[in-house]
Amino acid sequence: MLRLSSLSKDFGGLRVLDNFDLTIPSRGIFGLIGPNGAGKTTVFNLITGLLPPSSGSIEFAGERLNGLPPFMITRRGIARTFQNIRLFKEMTAEENVLVAMGDPQCGMLKALLPGAYKRVEDSERKSAGELLSRVRLSTKAHQRAGVLSYGEQRRLELARALATRPKLLLLDEPAAGMNAAEKQELMEEIEKLEATGLSILLIEHDMRFVMGICAEIAVLNFGRWIAQGSPVEIRAHPKVIEAYLGNNLREDS
Amino acid sequence: MEWLDSFWSTYSTFVLATGTNVLLALSIYVTLACGLLSVANAGFMAIGAYSAVLLTLRTGTPLPIALIVGAIAAAMVALLIGVPTLRLSGVYLAMATLAFGEVVRILILNAENVTGGALGLNGIPQLVGLFDVVFSVTVALYVFLRLAQSRVGRTITAISQDEIATELMGLNVRAYKLVCFVVGAALAGLAGALNAHFTFFISPNEYGFERAVEILAMGVIGGVSSPWGAVLGGSLITALPELLRGMGRYRPLINGGILIIIILYSPKGLWDGLQTVLRRPRR
Repeated sequence: MLRLSSLSKDFGGLRVLDNFDLTIPSRGIFGLIGPNGAGKTTVFNLITGLLPPSSGSIEFAGERLNGLPPFMITRRGIARTFQNIRLFKEMTAEENVLVAMGDPQCGMLKALLPGAYKRVEDSERKSAGELLSRVRLSTKAHQRAGVLSYGEQRRLELARALATRPKLLLLDEPAAGMNAAEKQELMEEIEKLEATGLSILLIEHDMRFVMGICAEIAVLNFGRWIAQGSPVEIRAHPKVIEAYLGNNLREDS
Repeated sequence: MEWLDSFWSTYSTFVLATGTNVLLALSIYVTLACGLLSVANAGFMAIGAYSAVLLTLRTGTPLPIALIVGAIAAAMVALLIGVPTLRLSGVYLAMATLAFGEVVRILILNAENVTGGALGLNGIPQLVGLFDVVFSVTVALYVFLRLAQSRVGRTITAISQDEIATELMGLNVRAYKLVCFVVGAALAGLAGALNAHFTFFISPNEYGFERAVEILAMGVIGGVSSPWGAVLGGSLITALPELLRGMGRYRPLINGGILIIIILYSPKGLWDGLQTVLRRPRR
């Protein structure tokens, strides 16, 4: 469903992503791993349109996304969460979800008529409530997002991303900062999402998490694709081990 | 009734000016609410005032049409300069819009054949009454209060907090910002057109840097969490010098002092401050 073909990105003279190819099917959980600075978040920023690629192409559901502004890409069905949580902190949890649910066609004129607008608003609040209960935040709906606990903020960000009705969900280190029990819960949540027919691409440093949940994993190092395969294959792949742990032989010689 | 008559004959200009200042405060509220620090509104006010006055003074156009033309003229210019300048943010946008205001002032100053140059335009028919001002303020306030509670208002608040996150929720941030900028300009243009028709006289210096800062002060003092903040800010900035009339030459000093105290104790503006005081549980 998502296809990146020979995608590259330069920052000045620095090539942070070099001829990267990746194809993601329309269902399943896909992992993107690599040491710090390998270019994983850059891949997300390119897919969502926050950065323009230097060369190469991004195709989603048969359509080229290059050059589209980020909001159009979201409307095509790609949603993401952020490595450093980016909620609207001064707004309530419910409002955070409501912002993302926007039917862009529901224009300003309707809002001027109290009666007509109330119906729109009521149905939106209802679906926002369903999303919040899905991430176990029903009781926190009217609290400011900024006062929620870290784990709750991560779950709220997930609910907000889902509110855009995505077909592909990009999760940037969803388990960062979570304890073992929270990670377990998150894994179950992500598996449930996949079961609803969503395709998920996630960046994660926690290997147990990635290996436990992903059907397939791609590995990046210094902006280059080095391996791809099932968790078992990746775990044993010599290049992956070298990328993470260094090369023993070189040290000996 | 006699009391009311004498009040009106003394204070009519003050009451009308309060109304147009509330409109100006609302015009800066729209841009501040979505995080745009624009100080172009004095320039838009000038555009509205001059285009409306030239119509009523030179061609005898009826007031409502002149008012609408004034607002639309300001909006068109805003659309034109908004596309390039809204790429800027923070103080950079403030600098660009400040420069725009000066350009407008200098253009009016030099187009003597049309605008009368530094001497301004005299003998403007006094066509604006209480109804026109109250009607404009009521409509603007109603629209803003409704929108503030709708998804439009929510989106604008979201933009002011995190533009990138808002964009990635599938919302066209640039379009929202441009619309806010243009609506603010239209309101400032309307306020300028209304204002000109009860002051008999306009000149380019009324729309300079000081006016731009005064409008910004209305928005900031009132606060941007609700359109009511603009009503408070606009009224206070108009009323304060009147209330301090007895202070003689110390008036500007005390006026400024009071504004500083308000910002120190209620940095989010008067409206937010009032809400906090009212909500505090009584012992």
